[in-house]
Amino acid sequence: MYSASDLRKGLKVMMDSNPYIITVFDFSKPGKGQALYKCKMRNLINGNSTERTFRSNDKFEPAPLDERPMQFLYSQGGEYHFMDNTSYDQLVMTKEQLGDNANFLLDNMEVSVLFFRERPIDITLPIFVNLVVTTAEPWAKGDTSGSDTKPVTVETGYVVQVPPFIEEGQKIQIDTRTGEYITRVKE
Amino acid sequence: MISPQMLAKRAAILRAVRSFFEERGYLEVVTPLRLPVLAPEFWIVPEASGPLFLQTSPELCMKRLLAAGHERIFQICPCFRKGERGRLHLPEFQMLEWYQAGASYLELMEECEELLWEVAELSGLAGLPERSGNGMSLEPPWERLTVAEAFARYAGMSPEDALAAGMFEEILVNRVEPHLGLAQPTFLCDYPAELASLARVKPGVAGVAERFELYVNGVELANGFSELTDPVEQRRRFERERGLIINAGRDPGPMPEAFLRELAGLQSAAGIALGVDRLVMLLAGAVELDEVISFVPEELQ
Repeated sequence: MYSASDLRKGLKVMMDSNPYIITVFDFSKPGKGQALYKCKMRNLINGNSTERTFRSNDKFEPAPLDERPMQFLYSQGGEYHFMDNTSYDQLVMTKEQLGDNANFLLDNMEVSVLFFRERPIDITLPIFVNLVVTTAEPWAKGDTSGSDTKPVTVETGYVVQVPPFIEEGQKIQIDTRTGEYITRVKE
Repeated sequence: MISPQMLAKRAAILRAVRSFFEERGYLEVVTPLRLPVLAPEFWIVPEASGPLFLQTSPELCMKRLLAAGHERIFQICPCFRKGERGRLHLPEFQMLEWYQAGASYLELMEECEELLWEVAELSGLAGLPERSGNGMSLEPPWERLTVAEAFARYAGMSPEDALAAGMFEEILVNRVEPHLGLAQPTFLCDYPAELASLARVKPGVAGVAERFELYVNGVELANGFSELTDPVEQRRRFERERGLIINAGRDPGPMPEAFLRELAGLQSAAGIALGVDRLVMLLAGAVELDEVISFVPEELQ
């Protein structure tokens, strides 16, 4: 059981029967008055954010979450199949559950799956992934559009802005937290 | 760790504060930090120090000096409050308190205006007015708004209704404070009497105390009031606070008997407490207290 003074950014707690993560935390205390704990929290199941103000006598159950390392096997018809590395148990998640993370999943990738009461609700990817560019317009020398990036498509179907010198067949590194291009990968 | 520039700004502000009070005939005083007896205040939890407590404010000792005949005194000292940590809170912080015999909260509001105006000028720092970009000015006189006016204007309700609903602090913090002290500092004044256990009740206005809070850019910077000098009434209020503390399962410590005894010798007076770390933050253009103190608590482990 947590009390309000345990609240901090990153803490995962139960609220209204749903697991939440605290994304912004601020302690406030008007002069001579009681302490208030202002939180922005994200529902870990549906991703919705909410703002709540708690008092020092409020209590919270820790969210019963656990994380397990798993391997991404393959996707088919909008379903994503994962396997537990030790028990070999398999599970399926949908594109909706994965959100933007689906853009960076490659077969055999090691990920961490977050469970709430034995139900998978989210995954954590490696921070950087290397993906092959499958479609890119050639860089037209003398392009006067003034743009210093161009869109390319990578092997997962994700479209990302890259510098103009990136070509089809090259491998690029992407930050999975922001979805942005980092660098070209030389092999 | 604090930047060398910020450490220098902090020193310049403290020099300017001392020079302001010296020019006005105030005596700088020092009172003990470890005390056997504190003013019982339900929402302020003291830190124990052996068999004693670390002071949560120098208020009782300074009023005893006032009662002994010192008419203008100020102090810059550390205060300790358990469990207070946030962007605007530290469990150990620096307080500036000053007291003036014969004055009411109205005169102290004026003196507070002059203090900030002069300290900004003397220290050459006006970080907040420069950064805010909305033409904010510290030039006196500042806005004065009663708690009733502010609650009506920004929350559409009376402070009495907010208190009755047990939502006074939430409404103040979430709906009123963000509007206060934006174009110029705001004095929020005339608090419900039950929120001012050491302040005098406003003559002719039932249930309202002569207490004010100064807000600059939505941040509470100082709290002042016309002092309650009636020892019988003060004892009654302390007993009420002690009852609340006992009901919550905490130890209120002994009744401040020496203070109550000497309070009888105090004529009228007013006092104000101002958070020095917050003052430095505002004048130096910082956004949180962590930027303006030598070490944050977490750095000391």
